Amino acid sequence: MSSGEKYVAAAYGVFLVFVLVWAAIIATKLSRLERETGELARLARARATGERADG
Amino acid sequence: MSITRPSLPVLAALAVALAAASVVMTFFVAPEDADQGLSQKIFYVHVPIALTAYACFGLGAWKALRLLLTRGERYDLESYTGIHQGTIFGALTLVTGSIWAKASWGVWWTWSSNQLVLFLVLFLFYCAYFMLRFSVEAGPRRERISAVYALFGVALIPVSFFAIRLASDFIHPTVFTREGPQMTGTMFAAFCTSWAAITLLAYVMYRTELAGKRTDLNLRELREALAR
Repeated sequence: MSSGEKYVAAAYGVFLVFVLVWAAIIATKLSRLERETGELARLARARATGERADG
Repeated sequence: MSITRPSLPVLAALAVALAAASVVMTFFVAPEDADQGLSQKIFYVHVPIALTAYACFGLGAWKALRLLLTRGERYDLESYTGIHQGTIFGALTLVTGSIWAKASWGVWWTWSSNQLVLFLVLFLFYCAYFMLRFSVEAGPRRERISAVYALFGVALIPVSFFAIRLASDFIHPTVFTREGPQMTGTMFAAFCTSWAAITLLAYVMYRTELAGKRTDLNLRELREALAR
């Protein structure tokens, strides 16, 4: 690989790595949001069940 | 007549298609530069990234202006996300620019180029935006301070962009002059395709990040409401 090729590969590689890291961060965030939404849904269901039992 | 925004998956698919087209245009259609050889191909990724960084900072400033004019709370998050994207693309501009500088000039960085130094100043200015934002308690005061800072920063964009022309910068190349782009038709087509791909990718990332941040805020409010 010539020195020009190495630099071109490095510049495009940096951009590709950035896109992949961004996708990984978003995937991590999405799984956290999914978990938190699930917890809130469970909490809301428990509260609704409790209110029905009281009523 | 109402204008509906195109859906995110459609835009993402279009960005991927454009990115593939730009790779084909860059490496198989555009001719190799007679002066710089293969390393000139970095131009097709470096310049669109830099222009996208300017666009993101501009978007952040526009949303900041809307916030100051209308007091609309949603503009704070939109301005913040735009500046966040701009800072990421700014960092990429500096990294790809350094690689190109090493390939063309033999050095990773030179302080004698006004274009480079002014872009670094712009980048550091927006890095300080985050320090300012997170040093103030969340609320209307933070929104206004952040908006004013974002608006000050946008004044640096034309300075950075035109510095190369105003200061007769002989180190950093000037491709776009009053006579038009200084490149062949296929080179310009490859550049435009790359620019469209990277701008669209940045917009998809902006909308995705914004949706994530809004969902985070909604979840926080929901948690507080359920805790009562």
